[in-house]
Amino acid sequence: MRRPVTALVAGLVFGVGLVLSGMTDPRNVVAFLDVFGRFGQWSPNLAAVMVGAIAVHLVSLRVLGARDARLRVAVERGPLFDGRLIGGAAVFGAGWGLAGYCPGPAIVSLGLGSVSAWGFVAAMIVGVLLGERAARRGVGTADPRPGLPAC
Amino acid sequence: MLKSLLGGALIGAAATIYWVGNGRVAGVSGVLAGALRGRAGRDERVLFLVGLVTAGVVATLVQGARDAATQAAAPLLLAGVLVGFGTRLGGGCTSGHGVCGLSRLQGRSLVATLVFMATGVLTVLLLSLVAPQWSVR
Repeated sequence: MRRPVTALVAGLVFGVGLVLSGMTDPRNVVAFLDVFGRFGQWSPNLAAVMVGAIAVHLVSLRVLGARDARLRVAVERGPLFDGRLIGGAAVFGAGWGLAGYCPGPAIVSLGLGSVSAWGFVAAMIVGVLLGERAARRGVGTADPRPGLPAC
Repeated sequence: MLKSLLGGALIGAAATIYWVGNGRVAGVSGVLAGALRGRAGRDERVLFLVGLVTAGVVATLVQGARDAATQAAAPLLLAGVLVGFGTRLGGGCTSGHGVCGLSRLQGRSLVATLVFMATGVLTVLLLSLVAPQWSVR
C-alpha cells in the first residue's frame, strides 16, 4: 500500500514543483539556453531551479543515508563517459533546445491543456522506443546507467 | 527567481520521496521508458506519471488556463523524437542526470549534463541563425 502512494505523491510534488518553477513553459527554458540573447533577454531561472532541486535532494540523501544504510547511495561504477552517454546527451540537448521541452515538463503539460505538449509527447514516445532499441543493440559502448537503481 | 528556487526545492523533495518510498531514481525519461516497456514495478512508474499529469490538471484548475507556447509542427515533433531517443541512449534527462545524478555525485551525470546543456545552447543559437520561424513562441 505504501509504495503506490509514495510513487503518486512523488509525481504530484515533482509536477507542482515544475509548474511553480515556470519550467513547464518552454519559452522559459529557451530563455535560459539562449545565452546569446538571440530571441530575447537571457534568463538564469532554470539554473536556480536546478540549484534548488540539487540542494534539497543532495542534502536530504546524505542526511537520510547517514541514518539508514538502506538509503545510502552506492559508489558509481563504470567509465566516466563513453560514446552512448555523450551521443545520447548531445541528441537530447538538441531536441531540448529546439522545443524547450524535456520529459518531465512535457508530461505535466499534458495536464495543462497544451496542444503542443501532446504532439511532443507522442513523438517522444516514438523516440524512447527507438532509443531503447539502440541502447540494447550496443550502440556506443557501455550500459548508459551502469550499476544504478531503476527509475 | 524565488519561485524558481522553491519549485526546484519541491522537485528535489519529490526525488527524495521517490528514493525513500520506492527505492527508485526520479529520472522521468527512465520512468516513462520503464512504463512503456512493461518492466517490473510498472505500477509505481505509472503512478508517478499520473502524479505528474495530475499536478498539471490541478494547476490549471487553480490558476486557470494560461496562454500556451506554440510552435510549428515539424520542429516540435522532431524535437520530441530527439529528446526521446537521446535520453534513452544517454541514460537520463534533466531530472535523471541533472538533478538525481548530480545529487548522487555521479561523474557520468556531470558529463551528460554538461553535454546536453552545451548542445541545447548551440541548438538555440543555430535555430536563431538558420530557422527562427521554427522557434517556440
